[in-house]
Amino acid sequence: MIGGYLGPLAIIGLGILPAAFIAGVAGRLVRISLLLTLPIAISVVLVSVFTRAGTHVLFSIGPFDATAEGVDFAGQTLVRLFAISTSIGLFGLTTEPRSFVLDLERRGLSPRFAFVALATLEAVPAMVERAAVIASAQRARGLDTEGSVRARLRGVLPLVGPVILSSLTEVEERSLALEVRAFGRPGRRQLLWRIPDSRAQLVVRAALLLALVGAIVSRVTGTFPSLP
Amino acid sequence: MLELRGVSYRYAGYAAEVLHDIDLRLDDGEIVGLVGPNEAGKSTLCLVASGLAPASIGGSLSGSLTLDGVPGAGLATYQLAERVVVGFQNPNTQRSGIAATVFEEIALGPMNLGLPVAETVDRTREAISRLKLDHLVLRDPQRLSGGQAQLVGIASLLAMRPRHIILDEPTAQLDPAGTRLVGEALRVLAGAGTSLLIAEHKTDLLDGLCTRIIAIDGGRIVLDGPTADVFDDSRLTAIGVEPPARARLGRLLAQHRIDAAVLAGAVADSAR
Repeated sequence: MIGGYLGPLAIIGLGILPAAFIAGVAGRLVRISLLLTLPIAISVVLVSVFTRAGTHVLFSIGPFDATAEGVDFAGQTLVRLFAISTSIGLFGLTTEPRSFVLDLERRGLSPRFAFVALATLEAVPAMVERAAVIASAQRARGLDTEGSVRARLRGVLPLVGPVILSSLTEVEERSLALEVRAFGRPGRRQLLWRIPDSRAQLVVRAALLLALVGAIVSRVTGTFPSLP
Repeated sequence: MLELRGVSYRYAGYAAEVLHDIDLRLDDGEIVGLVGPNEAGKSTLCLVASGLAPASIGGSLSGSLTLDGVPGAGLATYQLAERVVVGFQNPNTQRSGIAATVFEEIALGPMNLGLPVAETVDRTREAISRLKLDHLVLRDPQRLSGGQAQLVGIASLLAMRPRHIILDEPTAQLDPAGTRLVGEALRVLAGAGTSLLIAEHKTDLLDGLCTRIIAIDGGRIVLDGPTADVFDDSRLTAIGVEPPARARLGRLLAQHRIDAAVLAGAVADSAR
């Protein structure tokens, strides 16, 4: 939405990075964001630099011309991508998923949707543990899961079926155990705790919301200033 | 009082009935053991007595379930849960998978009932205290031993404050230490006035805990009576249930015409 270099860099430099420093996650945030951005950045640079039409040709590789306009477009796209990945990274590094979902539930999210979201978060480590147990059991019966990549891939296939099937067989008992604890009751459930929400957080959220609405309105009405 | 009258049950998609003409009465505060060989219908009877079959899992039921004078057929599963609850054998499936601490795990049922926070906390604390789980309240429910997880599962049921608790082989997947933990918890429950129906292969656990034993085979009740009578009945062994050590020893002594009192005296003398 905010084009040029100045807008995204201002968001990163004045909003995201100071917040990350305060939260003590700046180093991890930059590393994670670079890693997240890297695969897309490579394709963006290749596509933009060599396929963007322009008058200033910097150099040529075969039939492809690298243009200054392409480099400029790739640069603008990269800072935008980095702004997006750092903001997502900051959210991920500073927000405990369970607290986030439960707070959403307090604010009106359906308890069933909240359960699905939380159960999914828990299911991944549980499935990894189950897979490790099944892999050990299969290895005890002679399955080779080590060695070359090909041997490892061959060893993974016999594990997939048992891992999925054993998960499915537990589903019915798990759902019955939830029914016994009144999970099927219509209406909202009582939550035991509330995440502290300071006045400062409220002000920042309101300001961000206003900025978002303002940016959308000015973009739609064509009054958004052109940034360098 | 929980009562099944003339109950037969068939799972959805199956032609044959799994339970046939079951009459079972569980009085308030009564502790009843349910024994039988594999495939006898113990788990199905637990589901039917808790109302989950057919209310939740479907199937076809004839006869009636009555809970404290209220017909079970007219109750939704969450309404059933306030009267009768059932615990299963696998501690992992008892866990909700959404609670960060044991306290929240145990509180989940009252939270689902929409009870006020004070009552939810009160019920949770009471369940924790009755099963002596205070040292676990802040632990991650996923990081418990099998026995501890099963205790947390039972505490979660207790927090619903039901009149009747049904447990389907609560120690089946536990090691001896876990079995001992659950056995102690069941003794606590037995002394607290909640009626219990416990399906179990480990007859030693039921002996001394239950006042009455029901033996089931082929979906029919074949024995129903005071614990000592049923465990001493030779028909129990005939259907493939191993009586507890006390009953087996008594039978051996009787076979060899040894007076138990004389033997006890001899043992005491040799110990001296």
